[in-house]
Amino acid sequence: MSVGEITHIGRPTNRVDGRLKVTGQAHYAAEYPADDLLYGYIVGSTIAAGRIAAMHLDAARQFPGVVEIFTHENRSKAAWLDRSWRDEVAPPGHPFRPLHSDRILFDGQPVALIVAETFEAARDAGSLIRIAYDVDAHCTELEAKRAEAYVPPEQRSGIPPPPDPRGDAEQAFQDAPVKISRDYRVNAEHHNPMEMFATTCVFEGDGKLTIYDKTQGSQNAQGYVTSVFGLRSKDVRLVNHYVGGAFGAGLRPQHQLFFAVMASLELQRSVRVSLTRAQMFHIGYRPDSYHTVSLAADRDGRLQSIMHDAVASTSHYEDYQEAVVNWSGMMYHCDNVKLTYQLAKLDTATPCDMRAPGAAIGVTALECALDELSYELGIGPLEIRRINFASKDENTKKQFTSKALLECYSEGAAAFGWEKRSPKPRAMREGRELIGWGVSTGMWDAFLQKAQATATLKVDGTLEVATAASDIGTGTWTILTQIGAEAFGLPLEDVQARIGDSTLPMSPVEGGSWTAASNGSAVQAACDAVKHSLFKQARKMANSPLADASFEDVEVRDQRIFRKDDPARGLSVFEVMHAAELKEITEQGKVSPNLRQMLKYTSYTHSAVFAEVRVDEYLGVVRVTRVVCAAAAGKILNPKTARSQILGGVVMGIGMALHEEAMTDHRLGKIMNANLGEYHVPAHADIEDIEVIFVDEKDDKVSPLGVKGLGEIGIVGTASAVANAIFHATGVRVRDFPITIDKILNAPRPS
Amino acid sequence: MNRFEYIRPATVADAIAALNEPAARALAGGTNLVDLMKYDVAQPSRLVDINRLPLKSIEITSGGALRIGALVTNTDLAWHQDVREKWPILSSAILAGASPQLRNAATAGGNLMQRTRCYYFYDPSTACNKRQPGSGCSAIGGVNRIHAILGASDSCIAVHPSDMCVAMVALDASVEVEGPEGKRSIPMSGFHRLPGGEPERDNTLKVGELITSIIIPEPHFGAHHTYLKIRDRLSYAFALISVAAALRVDEGVIQDARIALGGVAHKPWRDFDAEKSLKGERVGTQGFTQVADFILRDAKGQGDNDFKIELARRAIVRALEQAAAGTPQDQADKSIH
Repeated sequence: MSVGEITHIGRPTNRVDGRLKVTGQAHYAAEYPADDLLYGYIVGSTIAAGRIAAMHLDAARQFPGVVEIFTHENRSKAAWLDRSWRDEVAPPGHPFRPLHSDRILFDGQPVALIVAETFEAARDAGSLIRIAYDVDAHCTELEAKRAEAYVPPEQRSGIPPPPDPRGDAEQAFQDAPVKISRDYRVNAEHHNPMEMFATTCVFEGDGKLTIYDKTQGSQNAQGYVTSVFGLRSKDVRLVNHYVGGAFGAGLRPQHQLFFAVMASLELQRSVRVSLTRAQMFHIGYRPDSYHTVSLAADRDGRLQSIMHDAVASTSHYEDYQEAVVNWSGMMYHCDNVKLTYQLAKLDTATPCDMRAPGAAIGVTALECALDELSYELGIGPLEIRRINFASKDENTKKQFTSKALLECYSEGAAAFGWEKRSPKPRAMREGRELIGWGVSTGMWDAFLQKAQATATLKVDGTLEVATAASDIGTGTWTILTQIGAEAFGLPLEDVQARIGDSTLPMSPVEGGSWTAASNGSAVQAACDAVKHSLFKQARKMANSPLADASFEDVEVRDQRIFRKDDPARGLSVFEVMHAAELKEITEQGKVSPNLRQMLKYTSYTHSAVFAEVRVDEYLGVVRVTRVVCAAAAGKILNPKTARSQILGGVVMGIGMALHEEAMTDHRLGKIMNANLGEYHVPAHADIEDIEVIFVDEKDDKVSPLGVKGLGEIGIVGTASAVANAIFHATGVRVRDFPITIDKILNAPRPS
Repeated sequence: MNRFEYIRPATVADAIAALNEPAARALAGGTNLVDLMKYDVAQPSRLVDINRLPLKSIEITSGGALRIGALVTNTDLAWHQDVREKWPILSSAILAGASPQLRNAATAGGNLMQRTRCYYFYDPSTACNKRQPGSGCSAIGGVNRIHAILGASDSCIAVHPSDMCVAMVALDASVEVEGPEGKRSIPMSGFHRLPGGEPERDNTLKVGELITSIIIPEPHFGAHHTYLKIRDRLSYAFALISVAAALRVDEGVIQDARIALGGVAHKPWRDFDAEKSLKGERVGTQGFTQVADFILRDAKGQGDNDFKIELARRAIVRALEQAAAGTPQDQADKSIH
């Protein structure tokens, strides 16, 4: 192996945790054993708004095995101030406090926790509880509240509000020769990761708790627990080694964490609380949203005006916000832009970030509208996107640190065979099916967050890297192992990553596609620091072969530190540590956003998504037969796990396009299809060929690793590419997602 | 889930004795009953686990009919060589339903006994006449895009979820049952019932009766059959509309026709008059459209599901076209020809 050769970064690598997962040895939150464990079962309200008038608990209390029933009448004391309940990613408002009072804010709201010796006893007793309510009027229908929509008075931290208008979008729209104005709706979606939310709270005695929780942020959840229950930080350890998917639902602490800890503290015993699948629909969700997008262009297809007005749902108690319309101001070059984003309050739980929050719905509306404009213009849908390429972020006037979007267009189009596309709708057919090809641009932030890590080189030459990151199925375990292995030229087996534990070095929640860039860079910085220490020790040694070398002259590889120009001149790690009487060398690494650079630059991932659908328009049946997603995401650490991320995003985008829909009975304020049999996500049969392309994109500014992150970009643009393909196939434009059979059958037929 | 008594009898006679109380339920694959118990929708006093009964064989009777033991799994039935060759529409319908995992567990008798499909039936916090007689029907005026367009009543608009039963109805199956009063045979088209004023009753089985087998005469349709299922995703979803269609065609003239619909009513829907009207007609889309209109003459939408009337009409036409052409829908091929 030659000096300087890349060994691990960029190489397709199997998940280091894969074997543990498929053999059942990776423990998830509800699987940790504990002595003398009690089980909690949450009982939810059956009304959407009102007050609890009376609770009849006697039958449940007397049920064999029941230990305690907690309600708003006997819950333990918890923090009083809102700020004590506000987690790292909470939106403005009054965070939900389980069992706080008799007040009901949404259907399924937890109103009692039954704790019993077995899960079955707790659940069975739950069915015996009778609750009388004073019912208030409720509204769960966004349409009915659109007129009352408002601009959120307080901004959610980290979420940019829509940019100020630029130019005169209304006048430019009036004046332009070609224009469209359309309304779109994207239905609420629910995250539904495979693993249900669960917490096993182990009561260790001496006031100490070890909490196994399903969360995307061990430190965020740990901070919530200590703050809500007034515990000392050192007494509470929160572990989330493995997370069976989350998609954003685990960014904020969920009810079961509060309940498990409360019951454990009250009963002085270990307690486990898991949500049921139906209860998974009563936590945060992707908000329901309406969009009006108005676009105007000159006859050459150059955009003259962009207006995007969105209204999205939130709860009565918090102003959940995401960046929905901002994308419309920076995806394409346009001098006249006006964007508005408003909220409307519904009697539901607060929405919650869900994969590409904001972009997944806002970009979908914009990209469908741009497709509609392209037909008005008679300019190809890919061409109009190229014509309006934005070379800088026009919302902020900043430069992109990199933007290989044109390469995404060209490489994606080539792989897809786009040049064979017939420009007219309804022009391609095979058998009974019309064939349509659609395209969309995708865009997502490339964040770098503050993060810390440690690296520990041991006398036996093995390495441990640690940071309180979470791996929600994304591949974090693996890429951190790769980064450590790369830094020290070690085989993967000699590197142990440690994540998923609040006691490890500081990490943000796992979200926003920032983990690889942030925690990865922190790990790399820690590894560099260890190499520096090792070098210092090596140079100090008597007769050191590195005595006259500078750090830049040496390399660490295969458990040796040696001169790059003369690899024979060096020392083994063992020799250095032995001489220094060290068992290990541990150093810290940290990264934080480069604020000076951020004054001038901004960073995003981009993608071009191409979709083929086949539509039996007589029966309304749509099949997505091909998708090509070409993404520009900086350096790709692990093409294998990276590809999986994009595949998952594309599948979820197909679900957004065709399947996912919470069906609410607005009379009852209740989601009626709260199970995976009736809330449809794509099945295997719905997914055919998906090709993922990573275009070459070098970026030395976005993060020390040159990495941008991939968790969200796969979903952005997929639903719009599918919708645009359906139009191309049929000439029928459905502007209400998901595009189900009834909407295709009912849509006006093209003349 | 409530507390219940659990019995695992070794003989059919013991099972019948154990089932002879109104709240006793037979447990076979459990793919529906156990769900309903977890949701607290079903609260059986006693579960009679019939899995050890000798009802697991598939036989061809001396008369050439297919006899399916009540405990034959959906998978075994669908992939049985004789079934695939002589009763292919049955095989096809089964494979159109559920998922391989569910079909491995679900049984023929259990498939007949699955409860009708309705969001409200599954949610004990809502009113449902089927779950709690007299409490009202929340689906009427509610979320009802999957609900009945035929044969519904003011008290219930739920639909039967089975695919297998639709094919069985089309094939003139009969259900063999044994009970405290002995054995009887129920024609498949009379096994499930319409809701009327008693939606709590899905079928005509009496207390204590156990399904022992299902008998299906040998059909003579050759390749002129299909099972066409239209749903919200391409697998693992209940039918919005499904059609079992079979034709006996002689030189372009229809000699015999069977048309049964799933996803439209409280029972698999078969219209004997419509079938008769096709006899002697030449195969062709116009005649198929007429018969579809005839079948749907009394169809009534509930709002969300209005589209199902037009969808049913089109699915009937397409299914008859497939049957006439002798090109049955392949359940592994998600493109509909």
